[in-house]
Amino acid sequence: MRLLESFRTALRALRTNLLRSILTTLGIMIGVASVIVMVAVGSGARNEVEKRIAALGTSQLQLRPGSSRVGGRFAGAETNLPLSEGDVAAIREKVPGVVALTGTISRAAPIVRGNQNWLTTVAGVHPDFTVVRDWEVSDGRFFSSLENRSAAKVAVVGVTVAKQIAGDGSPVGEMVRILNSPFRIIGVLEAKGQSGFGRDQDDVVYVPIATARSHLVTRNTLVPDQVGALSIKFDGETDLGEAKGELETLMRARRRVQPGRDDNFFVRDLAELVRTRASTTQTLGLLLGATAAISLIVGGIGIMNIMLVSVTERTREIGLRMAVGGRRRDILAQFLVEAVVLCLIGGLIGVTIGVLATVAIAQSANWPVLIAPEIVAVALAASALTGIVFGFVPARRAAHLNPIDALRSE
Amino acid sequence: MAAETPRETEVEAPVLIRARDVAKLYRLGDQEVRALDGVSFDIHEGEMVAIMGPSGSGKSTMMNLIGALDQPTDGTLEIAGKDIAHMSSDALAELRNRTIGFVFQQFNLLPRTSALAQVMLPLAYATPKPADPRQRAAERLAQVGLANRMDHHPRQLSGGQQQRVAIARALVNNPKLILADEPTGALDTRTSEEIMRLFTELNGAGITVVLVTHEPEVAAYARRTILFRDGRIVEDRRQPGIIAATATGIVVEAAAS
Repeated sequence: MRLLESFRTALRALRTNLLRSILTTLGIMIGVASVIVMVAVGSGARNEVEKRIAALGTSQLQLRPGSSRVGGRFAGAETNLPLSEGDVAAIREKVPGVVALTGTISRAAPIVRGNQNWLTTVAGVHPDFTVVRDWEVSDGRFFSSLENRSAAKVAVVGVTVAKQIAGDGSPVGEMVRILNSPFRIIGVLEAKGQSGFGRDQDDVVYVPIATARSHLVTRNTLVPDQVGALSIKFDGETDLGEAKGELETLMRARRRVQPGRDDNFFVRDLAELVRTRASTTQTLGLLLGATAAISLIVGGIGIMNIMLVSVTERTREIGLRMAVGGRRRDILAQFLVEAVVLCLIGGLIGVTIGVLATVAIAQSANWPVLIAPEIVAVALAASALTGIVFGFVPARRAAHLNPIDALRSE
Repeated sequence: MAAETPRETEVEAPVLIRARDVAKLYRLGDQEVRALDGVSFDIHEGEMVAIMGPSGSGKSTMMNLIGALDQPTDGTLEIAGKDIAHMSSDALAELRNRTIGFVFQQFNLLPRTSALAQVMLPLAYATPKPADPRQRAAERLAQVGLANRMDHHPRQLSGGQQQRVAIARALVNNPKLILADEPTGALDTRTSEEIMRLFTELNGAGITVVLVTHEPEVAAYARRTILFRDGRIVEDRRQPGIIAATATGIVVEAAAS
């Protein structure tokens, strides 16, 4: 028999027992649908992570003061000697490849305008901030070095804050109070949207770091010119590993760490951090794949079970087909094709359900999703393979029936 | 009616089935059952033969062998010039497809399948593929008088109509031999007569018909009866003058008497 005809015969056979066919293939359907959804969500998350790596810039290092130990007890993060403007100048001068760097001193603070107030994140940064973060001002301007040095009470806001202040209009020129000091808004940053962790990156106010030192945080008597955590951007040619080494050597010298003692600061490659997280996502993907494989196996066993029942029920039909000239391989092919068609239909319905569910999730939960065509192809191929693997035993049993016994069976 | 005339034509016609010392052994546990024991006969092309015998006589075993559904343990059985004793299962399937049309007591139609699709079934296994299987099947259905029942499923057909569909299916590949196993066993007397008349017509058109039956009324339509008992042929009888009589249907009484 030709393949096309086998398919048609299989469809006819499956249609004569429609409800059972649907129930049989339910396992495959659910398996494939969940694979599609999980992979779409998984690769959507990975895609987001990759975007964030790109956003961070591939050549960035973060420098933080280490945590101090008081009598052997961990005293909390960043309780060690803070970094200073002196450190900033030294890094700029001595570490090769530095393009720009900025400190960040941030805290949650209410900003007040008229009789309204709301809580947001206020961060003191250096004027190079926009270069380090690749973040442009869309309205007004960022503050200058002069304004930073003079600790001017100026602020640049994210779009979320801008909307709070001025609605759809421009907040540039407006006055707000932050921790009881009046600040003039001089610019609005481009919208960034949600971060990978769901935090609104536009719900933020940036002020000169010198202003932050005097108005946002308590003065540190040891290091009056503290700069918080440092983000350092290198040019594209710089090897980050080498740069990290240089930075560590410099900081050990500046912070007088004795040879043999641990660093009292951290240098981190943020992109690497994100990449680690991406590999976690990959592990998760593998787990999902295993789940999918298990559900396909379970579905396949269901298929095998029903195909065995079907062979028993249709013994007379098999006998008749043999009597009118069906060879063993024709019978084998017929039942194999039937199992494959059953699985493929289940797979197709599963893909449809999966895609619809993915779209629903993307819209309602606002998750980033990504349906790769390869996954759809792989899912269908896997269901066809399931049909072949689990359809083989029943098909072989059918093909090896004795035609006389088969014709005589009830 | 001269008894010699049909016999002479039969002898001249080529042999379709040649059985020589055919034996069939079954093993039941450690016991051997000799279902057929040294059976020899010839059936010529164009004959209409009834195989009779009580149950356990070996007639069903003989039918399975003639139908190339089974192979003899010993002896030779040639169908259309081919010894089936040493054929592969594929070759047997091809022989059944090309040379033999089966008609069964229980019709053996596929459930929920149109008459046309039933009749097309053997063509699906035919090599080379017929050019227009649909048309051929439709012609056969018309030949058995079911031109207006092509889309009907078995449930929508009477027993006689179902058996006609089965006969059309047996005919669709232009077989040399129609092998009918108790073809009227599930039908009432009047329908039985119609079906038997159809077989007679087909035989008249040159197709060899072998009927396996225990009913003398059915056997009476055949010109020759081979009687089995205990795995052997105990009688091989030719009935002269039957053909003319079957057309009228009167012959049933004549033969039974």
